[in-house]
Amino acid sequence: MADSITPKSTSSRDSTDVAISVRDLRVQYGTREILHGVNFEVPSGETLVIMGGSGCGKSTLLRTLVGLERPSSGQILIHGKNFAALPDEERDEQLKKMGMSFQSGALFGSMTVGENVALPLKEHTKLDDSTIEIMVRLKLDQVGLSGFENYMPAQLSGGMKKRAAIARALAMDPEILFFDEPSAGLDPIIAAGLDELILKLKKAFRITILVVTHELASAFLIADRMILLDKGYVVANGKPEDLQKNTNPRVRQFLDRVPEPEVAAEIDYLQMLTGETAPDRR
Amino acid sequence: MPFLESIGEATIDGVAYVGSLTKLSIGAARAVFIEPFRGHPMRWPRAIHQAMSVGVEAIPIVSLIAFFVGLILALQGAYELRQLGAMQLVASAVAISMTRELGPLMTAIMVIGRSGSAFAAEIGTMKVNEEIDALETMALEPVRFLVAPKFLAMILMMPCLTTWADFMGVCGGGLFGVSNAGFTWGTYITATLNAIDVRDITSGLIKSVMFGLTITAVGCREGFSTGLGSEQVGRSTTSAVVKSIFFVIAVDLVFTAIFYFTAPVK
Repeated sequence: MADSITPKSTSSRDSTDVAISVRDLRVQYGTREILHGVNFEVPSGETLVIMGGSGCGKSTLLRTLVGLERPSSGQILIHGKNFAALPDEERDEQLKKMGMSFQSGALFGSMTVGENVALPLKEHTKLDDSTIEIMVRLKLDQVGLSGFENYMPAQLSGGMKKRAAIARALAMDPEILFFDEPSAGLDPIIAAGLDELILKLKKAFRITILVVTHELASAFLIADRMILLDKGYVVANGKPEDLQKNTNPRVRQFLDRVPEPEVAAEIDYLQMLTGETAPDRR
Repeated sequence: MPFLESIGEATIDGVAYVGSLTKLSIGAARAVFIEPFRGHPMRWPRAIHQAMSVGVEAIPIVSLIAFFVGLILALQGAYELRQLGAMQLVASAVAISMTRELGPLMTAIMVIGRSGSAFAAEIGTMKVNEEIDALETMALEPVRFLVAPKFLAMILMMPCLTTWADFMGVCGGGLFGVSNAGFTWGTYITATLNAIDVRDITSGLIKSVMFGLTITAVGCREGFSTGLGSEQVGRSTTSAVVKSIFFVIAVDLVFTAIFYFTAPVK
């Protein structure tokens, strides 16, 4: 069903303009396939928002893009190189050019905020301590956390943790930034502040940004392009205004916030999430 | 047949588990001994912190337990030796038992309770909080970053702690020897030194290094295999303690057998 409404990969685009190109990406956990041939491209300097309901595969997609899951088939081309097939050393070099902000922040609890931001610089560069200290201050300033170098992550609020995580993701001046649910669990005011920060980073540094979220207001504010995932398929791909006009029933249901029918049995729930048919019901 | 199948499955799982422990230990050893020469320096501050936690902070409890074990050994030994009129052998019984077996073993049990469980809890919590994923996305190898400092701390501190435990055990036995078996502290120490040879001490120290490797590998392995949710951290910690005790005793058996069969006949 999805193939008919998923736009073909724009192979005509010059590959140097494309930061990320995902081609027929399939990911499975055990025998259960989660992503069923996903295709999309992210031009350099643009922000792509991946939306979808819970369990649709958007977090799996993000984890695969940053190398935390192995695709069962397909390609992830980052600036033309197949990221999933790179040898370890080249893969590490590519990872250093990418930053990831996790849903929980994932700051190291045993380190101060400053040490968290300094970590990639200490591990991957030969900069001296005083230069690293200046860079840490600069990165924290960029995310509005000046003066919080010596705080422990446990002393920060949810929004501040996410800002600190963004500062750490920015430490190596990445070409691509990934965000997993940046505004999840935050009040609307703090969430709006993070949206503003993402827009500011994009404008200031022309970073390619990929955001996974299901917050509609946030998505439409920050996106240059959007894709909507449903049961492991891309059901819509385009500019925000194109999505608003999309007539696909699943897209309308998501954008108009129409609830799913009640699910009584576990097998129906799993089927709803993955789009697979239960073996005993085929 | 289902019974045989379940035995087969358990055997395969057991071999796979030992394989994963070996792989983790090799990875940590590489990070400690090879990677520093390839531009990936050891995290010395973290290793020193771990050494303090694993070794120095364990001294009070290891001292107390080893002292009590030495005293118990002397009491149990004297119970039989008294009937044979051989109370003077209490010192050698305590010394040989402590250095060859109970010093390393009791130290390992203490370290499992203090550090093996802490390794599993620390790494498990990091797994639940996505910190391990964060390391990987920063191109930082979790084994080099987390396991290697623990590995180094363990292989350095376990022999030190064991040597101290041996000494405290001898002191525990000496307390009984001096108060009930007609020894003075001087004659007790002389009897102890006469009873043991270098091989007794080195076999205990070799065991202690192997126990340290086992505890690190099991604790870290259980931490890395923590599932989703904070209750899984508790499960990993319990599992790390139980499996560490089992594997330490299994390693003890293997090395005791090796030392027995390779010992020169006197």
